Amino acid sequence: MRPLLELKGVSKFFGGLAALVDVSFTVNEGEVVGLIGPNGAGKTTLFNVINGFYKPSKGEVYFDGKRISGLRPHRICRLGVARTFQVVKPLQRLTVIDNVMASAFLRSPSRQEALERAEKILHFVGLYEDRETVSKNLPLGKRKKLEIARALATEPKLLLLDESFAGLNPKEQAEMIETIKKINREGVTILIIEHHMRVIMSISNRVVVLNYGEKIAEGSPQEVASSPEVIKAYLGETAVA
Amino acid sequence: MRGLVPIAGIILLALLPLVGLSTYMMHILILVIMWSVIGMAWNLLGGYCGQVSFGHAAFFGTGAYTAGILYLKLGVSAWWGFPLSIVVVGVMALIIGFICLRLRGPFFALATLAMGEVLRVTAENLRGFTNGTLGILIQKRTWVEKTWYYYIILAIAVFTFLLIRRLVNSRLGYYFLAIREDQDAAESLGINTTLYKTVALLISAILTGFAGVFYMNYMGYIDPEIVYALHDISIITIMVVMVGGVATFWGPAVGALIMVLLAELIRSLPRIGTAHQSLFGILLILIIIFLPNGIVGDFPKLKTILRRRA
Ligand SMILES: Nc1ncnc2c1ncn2[C@@H]1O[C@H](COP(=O)(O)OP(=O)(O)OP(=O)(O)O)[C@@H](O)[C@H]1O
Ligand SMILES: [Mg+2]
Repeated sequence: MRPLLELKGVSKFFGGLAALVDVSFTVNEGEVVGLIGPNGAGKTTLFNVINGFYKPSKGEVYFDGKRISGLRPHRICRLGVARTFQVVKPLQRLTVIDNVMASAFLRSPSRQEALERAEKILHFVGLYEDRETVSKNLPLGKRKKLEIARALATEPKLLLLDESFAGLNPKEQAEMIETIKKINREGVTILIIEHHMRVIMSISNRVVVLNYGEKIAEGSPQEVASSPEVIKAYLGETAVA
Repeated sequence: MRGLVPIAGIILLALLPLVGLSTYMMHILILVIMWSVIGMAWNLLGGYCGQVSFGHAAFFGTGAYTAGILYLKLGVSAWWGFPLSIVVVGVMALIIGFICLRLRGPFFALATLAMGEVLRVTAENLRGFTNGTLGILIQKRTWVEKTWYYYIILAIAVFTFLLIRRLVNSRLGYYFLAIREDQDAAESLGINTTLYKTVALLISAILTGFAGVFYMNYMGYIDPEIVYALHDISIITIMVVMVGGVATFWGPAVGALIMVLLAELIRSLPRIGTAHQSLFGILLILIIIFLPNGIVGDFPKLKTILRRRA
């Protein structure tokens, strides 16, 4: 098992607020790692640090053995890290296919190649029928798929998924689980933020738990689910007592 | 078929002077084409890349002054302004870009507006270099006739049109649109947003500078109030594009035609003529309310409205 992503003592402060405190963990090549924690725990902030939107206040991030903290997001993406956004950010007035092409150009400079890659990816995530739809007219479920399609078009080694399941109905959730498993089978390593425990249990090899910016647990889904620390964080003191 | 429309249009425009138009008509045509160039240039940065500049007079004026100062100080033909302006306006664009492009949305717009004004005041005060408010007068213009001026600005317009169409349909065009739609998303998807915004600004500025060089040669007189004008250049540029259609290929040309004709019409009206700025303001408000995508962008809507009337 080769480590692909390594966080070493990462902290992030917003003024007096400590959004991340000394967080360290590793994601190995080929894994699906779940990142969970209550609202405001610092999960999205961690993604913003990994993908370069924020510089860590302390600590370092390594990807593929190379230090990436401090690089700009487009450089980090070029190295092989792609992400989706919790609050989806489609290129509103562009069609679905144009959205995906805009990212596909990163690895295929010619228009024809970019188009072919984009079409392939739309088939893969099940958005091909909607390729000519202007993305602001898509329902939420499809926008979440578009986020993933766009990220995949950059041919990432590591995919960061921020709550891809939020707002999906059970049928869409089942499809999404299949899609993510398929992406992982293609060799893409995945770090996924998720609130639905059922989803996390069914797709992750390992789970990292954040609470108030600190890592409070790490292990297999079963280990984490039975950890008193985690139960306390999720349910509050009273539930444990 | 659609590909033939521009070619047919160009041939038609190239043949137009042979019809024997009056000097006045030629002048109007030249102005329309010059404004199309400025509008197309602005559209690349503002329409496609989403960086709305309120200071394009900075580039127009710098192009004009590059040509003017060559003539005034070195005694060479102001036409040499064309090659030299690429460097001068280019450097100016890089400086302005360095300052303004780190800002977003309305902050970028305000910063560019300030830049245009700073250059106007600078040109007014560097008297030894620019002649200040006295302006620069070319004693003897190259041609008395308008025909050659017409062909020169037409060539610049055709070049601009083809260049922008090519850019917009390429990888660069996708990057511009991605930046316009969501800069953070674009950056996280591997697009170097700073670089590509700078590229859009640079091309837009140089093309606008060409219009400025042309203006110096054609009109034979410039001063800071004219070529660095906030209202008569920077704001009118935005109006040309908004009236015609933001982020459309033909919008700037349509907008230029309407704005130039309208300006002539309003100015010729006996009493309200002096209020042309207010009338332009009212027009802009009407356009924003009823045709937010401009005449070209909202053409289907416009057609259904007209059909219903008929
Ligand atoms: N740019 C910012 N400036 C100031 N504070 C911020 C900023 N971004 C996040 N925070 C704060 O950092 C903390 C962690 O936020 P974050 O969005 O990372 O949580 P999260 O775990 O993703 O929560 P959720 O499950 O609600 O998405 C919160 O208290 C939040 O208010
Ligand atoms: Mg979050």
